[in-house]
Amino acid sequence: MSDATKPGDAPSLPTFTLDGHDVPFTPDQTILQAAMAAGHYIPHLCFHPEFKPHGSCKVCTVKVDGRTMASCTTQARAGAEIESSSDEVRDLRRNLVQFLFTEGNHFCPSCEQSGDCKLQAVAYELGMTSSHFTQMFPDRPVDASHPDVLLDFNRCILCELCVRASAEVDGKDVFALSGRGIKKHLIVNAESGRLADTRLAVEDKAMSVCPVGVILRKRRGFRVPIGQRTYDARPISEVAVDQYRRATRGDE
Amino acid sequence: MSGDVSAVLAKHQHDPTRLVQILRDLMAAQRHLTPQDLTAIAKGLALPRGRVEGVAGFYSFFATEPRGAYRVLFSDSITDRMAGSVELRQRLLDAFHLRLGEVSRDGLLSVDVTSCTGLCDQGPAMLVNGVAIPRLTHARIGAISALIRASSPMEWWPENLFSIHSHIERRDQVLSTPFERGEAVRAAIRRGPDGTLEELQRSGLRGRGGAGFSTATKWTACRGAEGRARFLVCNADEGEPGTFKDRVLLADHLELVLDGMTVAGHTVGAKKGFLYLRGEYPFLVQPILAALEERRHERWLGSEIAGVPGFDFDIELHVGAGAYVCGEESALIESLEGKRGIPRNRPPYPVTHGYLGQPTVVNNVETLAKCALIASHGAEFFKLRGTAKSTGTKLLSVSGDVARPGIYEYGFGVPVSQVLADAGAERTQAVQVGGPSGTLLSRSELGRRIAFEDVPSAGALIVFDESRSILDVVESFAAFFAHESCGFCTPCRVGTTLAAQMMGRLCHGRGTRRDVKDLARVARQMRATSHCGLGSSAGNPVLHALEKFRPSFDKALASHEVVPSFDLDEALAPAREVTGREDEGAHLTEEAT
Amino acid sequence: MAPEKKKLRVATASLAGCFGCHMSLLDLDERILELLKHIEFDRSPITDIKTCGPCDLGILEGGVCNAENVHVLREFRKQCKTLVAMGACAVNGGLPAQRNHLDVRDCLQDVYLVGVGVSRGFIPNDPELPLPLDRVHPLHDVVKIDYFLPGCPPSADAIWQFLTDLLAGRTPHLGHGLIHYD
Repeated sequence: MSDATKPGDAPSLPTFTLDGHDVPFTPDQTILQAAMAAGHYIPHLCFHPEFKPHGSCKVCTVKVDGRTMASCTTQARAGAEIESSSDEVRDLRRNLVQFLFTEGNHFCPSCEQSGDCKLQAVAYELGMTSSHFTQMFPDRPVDASHPDVLLDFNRCILCELCVRASAEVDGKDVFALSGRGIKKHLIVNAESGRLADTRLAVEDKAMSVCPVGVILRKRRGFRVPIGQRTYDARPISEVAVDQYRRATRGDE
Repeated sequence: MSGDVSAVLAKHQHDPTRLVQILRDLMAAQRHLTPQDLTAIAKGLALPRGRVEGVAGFYSFFATEPRGAYRVLFSDSITDRMAGSVELRQRLLDAFHLRLGEVSRDGLLSVDVTSCTGLCDQGPAMLVNGVAIPRLTHARIGAISALIRASSPMEWWPENLFSIHSHIERRDQVLSTPFERGEAVRAAIRRGPDGTLEELQRSGLRGRGGAGFSTATKWTACRGAEGRARFLVCNADEGEPGTFKDRVLLADHLELVLDGMTVAGHTVGAKKGFLYLRGEYPFLVQPILAALEERRHERWLGSEIAGVPGFDFDIELHVGAGAYVCGEESALIESLEGKRGIPRNRPPYPVTHGYLGQPTVVNNVETLAKCALIASHGAEFFKLRGTAKSTGTKLLSVSGDVARPGIYEYGFGVPVSQVLADAGAERTQAVQVGGPSGTLLSRSELGRRIAFEDVPSAGALIVFDESRSILDVVESFAAFFAHESCGFCTPCRVGTTLAAQMMGRLCHGRGTRRDVKDLARVARQMRATSHCGLGSSAGNPVLHALEKFRPSFDKALASHEVVPSFDLDEALAPAREVTGREDEGAHLTEEAT
Repeated sequence: MAPEKKKLRVATASLAGCFGCHMSLLDLDERILELLKHIEFDRSPITDIKTCGPCDLGILEGGVCNAENVHVLREFRKQCKTLVAMGACAVNGGLPAQRNHLDVRDCLQDVYLVGVGVSRGFIPNDPELPLPLDRVHPLHDVVKIDYFLPGCPPSADAIWQFLTDLLAGRTPHLGHGLIHYD
């Protein structure tokens, strides 16, 4: 069936249903991609429209014909019935976001990314009022060695977007992951372990993909006052769909 | 660049897929990896330095901080604990005035724990600089302390310290049928790949690693997949606590396994096979290498095997470095490629996109041994044992509260109660079948059968008698998963740690009804949303125990719905220390709220 | 005159907080008068009552950083049927919890003994002073919390929405714009 369809040939595209709505898709799309392209928001953190789906945060969990799957890495399939906004699915997502808040040090009031932070905005979207579990309060020293960039590891959610951007777009491999399990952590590509000793530059793609407040331009933080930022104005469910469409317009 | 680094890089031909082997060799030479070593390795392999550091930081046998000249790792499986490992560990620590995880001031000794080392039938066990020592007793710890204190080189240590026993307690088809090197390969050549596949299909053989996927289907898919080359991997990364059957197969029936690998290579058209041996089994390295060399010499490996033109196949030994998750086939392949052992997104599956993106079959050790048996003796012989849906026999690793721990081979379908009777179990309270990721059976379920259609299992039975605390068991399993989670996905990375913390609180009398509720919530979250089998089964011990041993939890609960998650008075201790205060206000009592 | 409906008794206090959440409560402005038709204050900075009697609702700002915080928190939990953690510090420790990666002994020594400008210093040891805990904790690490009202501080509108939901017997719900962590 999908062989006969051409991108842009909307009426003949195969479809699946998302909470009862028909969603058309092209053969290369995953559930998340097709949903976002059709204007249906599915919360996500490690997914970025310009990168290959990663499937690590699991916040985009949906139920596909009754089975829980990460929608970013699950290929769209004609006729599939997908459940995304039921209480059960939202509870699973909220638990995951609470996990992320519990394992890191997320003190929004003192974070210059507050209001522009996807983790925070997704938590708002899911109605999270506390992180519920026992905070782990890990010790994660910041790296202020670079003249233009501050790295605050306290907020890292290990989505690997900076790792991927630096490797795939910038060709610099500035970031990597080390450790395992709860001790997994972001590292930089330098024997000294200092960002200043890497090739990171402010123009790099890796500078602009962090969904939280780890990779920060110095002397920029409060140019836009708290209260007037991206997700203060509009919920992430609207912003993300617009951003997705803008980012993929070229190749659709 | 240090001499060690350049020599090791040269030995491995500067091949980046050999990174885990390179780091292993370097660890053996100098006990820890310095930042300069990692830089030099990265340069030598033309890899980003962060990649090398990431791999060094992933496997628990690698150390990027100095460790003792003697690095002691106590196996911390539940069976080790039941056999008294905690006390023995403390004895060693006390002898050197050390704390767990510390290096002694003179740099002589460091003591830490590691996950199950697969010597559950002869625990407690430890690894000293990677070398296994089983059957620890106070006398053995005393002797080892003296040897360490004298800085005695390990080659001089009494050999009997290191001897590993096989403990085969019951033999059936695999363990009793005489087998001669090359016999299965010869049969496979006679039948040809199609004939072998047909025989395998008729045998109904299902994978013995736990998942039970049809071996013939897997081989057929790989054989038919497009690729530049095909690969065969023998998964000997036997990390499930309580499981040691592959260790015994490789020690006592190695020829059967190697024949099975060669038959697989012949059938799917792979020219190269890997044997991925877990790092905890260093005592198997030399015997395996020697057997491979003999096989090459006798033309059972290499080019034109048994004189058949075009039948080229060789086997490379690859040794792990302490990561249970590498037992998952796609993580194992990542590790073979010299990377962090992170399970891949699937599909595509390894049979079409495996090692270096090429079609790859990954089979468990026991599965391959059975393939050799089927090739030699045919499907009908194989099907004499087992049930209709679970044909053949199963090797069971039996440990815990039994008189005769060891390996038991039965036809599939054997009731758990029979295994217990044969192994001499008494007053059994519970049996963990298939290790922590498997099924916890209560006394009333012991009539259930070991078979894919009833209790599927990779073959471990850990037996707990009435004297054991089920909470301690679950706590040990929860800690295991937290230690072994690769950390890739949120639910497993955080969930395993939260579950371990809550189980720890429960075992120390700080557990509350909220903890019990949260445990179930975390366990279900992991089951529903984890990336791989490790995460989705990590909640099993908690969920099974809550379902079947609820009174054990209720008894352990503090009387209130919520008590502080930490010890309030202890939390004031540092401030008391610097202020010197000991008045009433300088203390907090536990009180009902 | 119809008999007045019994008013809900409410207590508030600030633990390891900055009173910012209480300021936000005052930001309700004239809505406080409306609120006072339905509630009356027990222990609170507003009444200056120092101990908490039996209450329907307790609202606590700030996390738990010292022994006194523990006592007040326990008193509230004992006396209040429903207990609310208000503001970032009560919810996850907030700003004070950013000392949690430091050793409290080093903190005290730095501040009172060896810090720049300190001469002949000593670490205060008067029994009147509450001793600091080794780490700052959110309230739910110590007692059961029934509701969380995040924000630094939560806005007056969020507090209003939260309280009016609660008074009406609904589960409080803060939509976009009202739910904030900053």
